[in-house]
Amino acid sequence: MTTTNIAPVAPTKPWAPTPAEVLPSILLLIGAAVATYVIVAITPMKGKLAYAFLFFVLGTAFIAGRNGLLRGRSALVDSLASSIAFTGAALVFLPVVSILWTTVSNGVKGLHWTLFTETMFTASFSDPISKGGLLHALVGTLYLIFISMVISVPMGVLTALYLTEIKGPGSGFIQFVVQAMSGVPSVVAGLFIFASLIIATPIKASAIAGAFALSILMIPTVTRTSQEVLLLVPNDLREAGQALGATQWKTVATIVVPAARNGLLTAVILGVARIAGETAPLLFTIGGSDNLNWNPFKNYQGALPVYVWKGLLLGTPESIQRAWTGILVLLVLVLVLFVLARVFGGRRIKTK
Amino acid sequence: MIEKPSAPAPREITTKPRLSDRIFRGTVTGFGMLSLVILTLIGLFLALRGFQTFRHEGFHFLTGVKWESVTSESGVITNNFGVGAMLIGTVLIATVALVVGVPLSVLCALYLTFYAPERIKKIMVSVVDLMAAFPSILYGLWGFFVLMPMVQYWAGLLFKYLRWIPVFNAPQPFFERSPFVAGMVLAIMIIPIVTSVSREIFAQTPLDRIQAAYALGATRWGMIKTVVFPFGSSGVVGGAMLGLGRAFGETVAVFTVLNIVFKVNLHILYGSGGNVASMIILKWGEAVGDETKALLAAGFILFVLTLLVNMAANTIVKRTMKSGK
Repeated sequence: MTTTNIAPVAPTKPWAPTPAEVLPSILLLIGAAVATYVIVAITPMKGKLAYAFLFFVLGTAFIAGRNGLLRGRSALVDSLASSIAFTGAALVFLPVVSILWTTVSNGVKGLHWTLFTETMFTASFSDPISKGGLLHALVGTLYLIFISMVISVPMGVLTALYLTEIKGPGSGFIQFVVQAMSGVPSVVAGLFIFASLIIATPIKASAIAGAFALSILMIPTVTRTSQEVLLLVPNDLREAGQALGATQWKTVATIVVPAARNGLLTAVILGVARIAGETAPLLFTIGGSDNLNWNPFKNYQGALPVYVWKGLLLGTPESIQRAWTGILVLLVLVLVLFVLARVFGGRRIKTK
Repeated sequence: MIEKPSAPAPREITTKPRLSDRIFRGTVTGFGMLSLVILTLIGLFLALRGFQTFRHEGFHFLTGVKWESVTSESGVITNNFGVGAMLIGTVLIATVALVVGVPLSVLCALYLTFYAPERIKKIMVSVVDLMAAFPSILYGLWGFFVLMPMVQYWAGLLFKYLRWIPVFNAPQPFFERSPFVAGMVLAIMIIPIVTSVSREIFAQTPLDRIQAAYALGATRWGMIKTVVFPFGSSGVVGGAMLGLGRAFGETVAVFTVLNIVFKVNLHILYGSGGNVASMIILKWGEAVGDETKALLAAGFILFVLTLLVNMAANTIVKRTMKSGK
């Protein structure tokens, strides 16, 4: 038996611009760059801002003008609109690059090993950065994250299950409440824990009080992300479970939740990323200790954001260096969580 | 002899859930209700602790512009607490944030939905999500050391050329730590939420209408103007209001970049202003007794304010999303 080998056809994109079509645009942009340079040289305008601004205006005007000449007024407007939309996106992109760059470049100056083995108990924030460290803050932040997770994950996931599986008569309203809760300002969460727990009960400022405040912020995040994930689980799976005679509890516990587990993990990670850097609620609830405290239920606790806050408020060059280094450690923590969330969230839900 | 097998008794058919299901449904419903309980408790406790201040100050608490607690020589404490100046400051800063942040976010969302190549779109969506995950103290630190020098320069330009507009005037050319700077930092902080809501709304635009516009010969901009905006504009307003709620409640970043002064200041370029949330942080350290209660009362005002804005915003967004289906 003979088989004829058919060479695979390379996909073509007949609509893609040919080099001959791209060339005039590039020439116009080069022209705009030259014109910018000349205008800045002969007028009193100066600085990087002037270059960027003029180049943008001239480049947009040149390309839009060419399109307008060739294809009329609506093409001119269309070309202008796409340049402006692109500029908007670029302007959103720039601060992120700047934030990452300044944090890393300022923060690494203060990195050293004893930072992770010492506390600020014997050192002052104004001492050179080589003295003292942020171990106490790191321990505090890990405690806060862990306790908040213990509180918020069951609450968030179960609320999401109520909204997706039970769909009770009140679920529309609860959905509304969860959304309203996600808008509660962080400072209000801190004030609430102060007004309810710290004033009235034996729980005083400590890691557990801080974790309660953070949970108020974390629960809505976990709920909303879990809900989105649970909605993605195909209904066929639920029906198959019921058809095999499983109760709803069995169906949810052995089919729905395992099918959504990667997404639920993402929900947890996003929730942690949301609270890891919160500062305002901690100022009312954890006391901001400079010493290591292994007991999360008693005595003042430190935390990374509070460490940064103290360094920033003191305002000496050494303390601000501490603030930058502290925020770098915090940023690395957030970035790791963020990448983890992407990795787990990116996997498709297993339907087999 | 083999007995004849008797016919099996008919199975009881019932829709009554089993015990395990009843426990499951009960537990899950209980947890579902808990968020409502928490939200109610927040309002109750703050109102309860602030009640004395509300009764003492009355409506003046909202309109008063002074925040002082004076102890006379005979030991009598005279309190005069009002968040009026801070409320005005809150609205002023949030307005600056919206005016700068919302157009940028809408443009970004438009670019991501209708212009960007798939690869750039993926990266940009991650970047915007990452912006939402940055701690607010990071925005404060960056705003103070990086953004403020730049914004001060822009403020100088605005002051030089647009001074005849009352908002851009200032008693002195002192632009450091002004509401304008704080508004700029907040503008960047609200971009993620406004962008992602707008993007979701734009993506809901009915495809048949988009294709109809193209079939009639519309350019991309023509399509956006005649199909996307009429469909999505109310949703974008909802997204902007979510950003407004965020901007009202922001504490640490505003505290870092703003020079908090208890005076009504409508000159956005001038370095004096405030907002309720950052005022609470500022006064907390030295507050005792009645002042603490007054601060909790201020927290209650902030809570109610953001709750109302958020509820309105969510209702609008939800309605727009539904109309696309």
